[in-house]
Amino acid sequence: MAGKSEPISGEHIAIHPKAGQIQLALLVLALAVAVLAPQFLYPIFLMKLLAFALFASAFNLLLGYTGLLSFGHATFFGGAAYFTAHAVKIWGWSPEAGLLLGVLGAAALGLVMGAIAIRRQGIYFAMITLALSQMFFFFCLQASFTHGEDGIQSVPRGHLFGVIDLNDTMNMYYFVLAVFVLGLVVIWRFVNSPFGMILKSIRENEQRAVSLGYSVARYKLGAFVMSAALAGLAGGLKALIFQFATLTDVAWQMSGEVILMTLLGGIGTLAGPIFGAGLVVTLQNYLATSDFPVTIITGIVFMVCVLLFRRGLVGEFFASKLGRRLGFRAQS
Amino acid sequence: MNAPLLNVSGLQAWYGESHVLHGVDLHVSEGEMICILGRNGMGKTTTLRTIMGILRKRSGRINFAGQDMISVPLHRTARAGLGFIPEERGIFATLSVEENLMLPPKVAEGGMSVEEIYDLFPNLKERRTSPGTKLSGGEQQMLALARILRTGARCLLLDEPTEGLAPVIIQAIGEVLVKLKQRGMTVVLVEQNFRFAAKVADRFYLMDHGRMIADFPVADLPQQMDMLHRELGV
Amino acid sequence: MTMIFGIPLQALMGQLLVGLINGSFYALLSLGLAVIFGLLRVINFAHGAQYMLGAFVALLLLTVGGINYWFALILAPLIVGLFAAAIERSMLSRLYKLDPLYGLLFTFGLALAIEGTFRYFYGASGKPYAAPPQLSGAVNLGFMFLPIYRGWVVVASLAVCIAVWLLIEKTKLGAYLRAATENPVLVQAFGVNVPLLLTLTYALGAGLAAFAGVLAAPIYQVSPLMGSNLIIIVFAVVVVGGMGSILGAIVTGYLLGVVEGLTKVFYPEASNIVIFVIMAIVLILRPAGLFGKEA
Repeated sequence: MAGKSEPISGEHIAIHPKAGQIQLALLVLALAVAVLAPQFLYPIFLMKLLAFALFASAFNLLLGYTGLLSFGHATFFGGAAYFTAHAVKIWGWSPEAGLLLGVLGAAALGLVMGAIAIRRQGIYFAMITLALSQMFFFFCLQASFTHGEDGIQSVPRGHLFGVIDLNDTMNMYYFVLAVFVLGLVVIWRFVNSPFGMILKSIRENEQRAVSLGYSVARYKLGAFVMSAALAGLAGGLKALIFQFATLTDVAWQMSGEVILMTLLGGIGTLAGPIFGAGLVVTLQNYLATSDFPVTIITGIVFMVCVLLFRRGLVGEFFASKLGRRLGFRAQS
Repeated sequence: MNAPLLNVSGLQAWYGESHVLHGVDLHVSEGEMICILGRNGMGKTTTLRTIMGILRKRSGRINFAGQDMISVPLHRTARAGLGFIPEERGIFATLSVEENLMLPPKVAEGGMSVEEIYDLFPNLKERRTSPGTKLSGGEQQMLALARILRTGARCLLLDEPTEGLAPVIIQAIGEVLVKLKQRGMTVVLVEQNFRFAAKVADRFYLMDHGRMIADFPVADLPQQMDMLHRELGV
Repeated sequence: MTMIFGIPLQALMGQLLVGLINGSFYALLSLGLAVIFGLLRVINFAHGAQYMLGAFVALLLLTVGGINYWFALILAPLIVGLFAAAIERSMLSRLYKLDPLYGLLFTFGLALAIEGTFRYFYGASGKPYAAPPQLSGAVNLGFMFLPIYRGWVVVASLAVCIAVWLLIEKTKLGAYLRAATENPVLVQAFGVNVPLLLTLTYALGAGLAAFAGVLAAPIYQVSPLMGSNLIIIVFAVVVVGGMGSILGAIVTGYLLGVVEGLTKVFYPEASNIVIFVIMAIVLILRPAGLFGKEA
């Protein structure tokens, strides 16, 4: 999927000689904005945005770089939210330990779901992940530790490393920002590692990768588990931010939402899912006060994206003259 | 001489970005059988597919029976009276022999009746209820031919009918083509086997890198032998 | 009282019937999905929404137009089919040349938009739709009471499944459909209007979903979300059956419905997930599905 079917043709555009410096400057600017943002906007809104941006980035790791469309990522996000919430609330674990449990739990779920789903490809893969995640939803509905329809409420944020009080909103915000940046660095390193390179070659030509002797299934599973673990990190964060974990987080709508964020922002770009998440979360916030259902907008945006701009906002920018002059490329 | 039934000029075509036909010119009169020769990859099959409209990225002129075909949608091309028989024969596995035979809609009166077809191809009648792809290669070729004869098409685009078949079957196909000629059918034949083609064709084209580089009647074949051997590498 | 494996016969038969009814809906819906997928290479995520539309159209026909169940059974699939044809012509047909995942995403968006719209106007709660008077009541079969309407659902869906199967296997239109599934370009080169065939096929699939929706209206309540959870189960059914076979889709639908019903008797906690578990097992043992051909 992604960039492969949307070749960027047309005349060659020379990259600006200072493109590298400009990119770096944009990155620094983005970080500065992130650090200063809580002075101007609601921290809880920003934290939600960061958690979903991380979730979408984790999802994009799978779709954008291996071409696998998972329709079941709510399982990892929501599953981790439950694990983290349960660990810190019932067992009294520290927040960082709770997050770690969420990540490991999501990775374990990813291993199981991935091992079954990678037996088929393309749309079958999507349908299977959806079905398995629905199974997990029903499990959560019935299991006792999730408290069914009520979910796990009043999850304490606790003290980070026993020292920093996360009940302080600013402390919490910078903790979320740090985890977010860490998650992105991990994704960036992963994509540019030899493992990531092999994933790219599998996406471009699976047969060739097989004939080169790569165990394609193992690499796909590896990417799936990695993506699940990072989605779990986002889900665990979400449980700490909002101090609850509910069935909403494991429902299929959540899987659809993360797909939308990635598609809207730009599949296969590092910045795309972040912008996509920003837009979707903002839209949800804006509509939360009206009685107009978000799903209508979500559905229409989905249709418009698929019909008219499959590269997504960031992808379109990268493909534009300005974007190419600044040296941006999708899936790099 | 009458205006040709099929007149192609300056035909260009592309597969995605790659330019494959560079201005093909050819014409066929009513009742004539022409044969396009050429090595593999020179654009013979592409020429047929482009005339038929399967390859949509094309420019130039295609005139068939007085009608400009270049912007006609694929499913209307057959309705105009052009019949296409692909190299891979295109027999459907999920259809029985008879369903395969009856599949293409009739486009005009004057096609063969099912009885006539079964007289011409008795094997097909025997095996009419078996799945199309259970037939032998030769029978599949017969079925592919028979399928178009029923539709009333006036002009056949026939791609390598002898490929991969035993000599006795090639001979049988040759006989069918002779019968079609007697009925006044117009045929554009693509063939590597020019000894076979020499028995049925009235005129030859030689194709090289997306262009016609020679055009001569069957009577000139002996004089052209050296050139053909050189160009075809036989 | 007669007991089988320690379960009262009546309870067993009751759940078997529930299973058969669910199976009827699974069969109708997976049949439609398989027909659409075969020709269009699109997984129609909007199938659940089209099922819901069928039920809603029947409800609106009754409340607004005073049109009864029997006419709705014909009209609702036609209306939903027409709507689907318009969507296919104007939008979905632009996606055929792309990765099939885009078709899935597009129809997912379509499903959300349709369901959201109905939720906005009619609320999330279910609305009752009475069974037609001819089919109300129950008959005593000796070992259980069979509500007549439920018996009708099983018979009607089976009849429609068989009719669709015959349409595809035994008619000229079906031959076009099968041939175009194998090689659409050649079929079009023969003079068949394949783009129109694609539109008709999508409309047929959507119409089948709408038919199932009308059948379901008197059993379940008519609600905007009645299709969204069902479609996920039907996806699992389709994965189990393998998408290649029309008959496979039908048989698997009924089979899994019955298995689900029996699970409700013997191990009710697992009845929500048994189909997904079966899907996982089938994927491990036979990835192509029970009736699938591709490796």
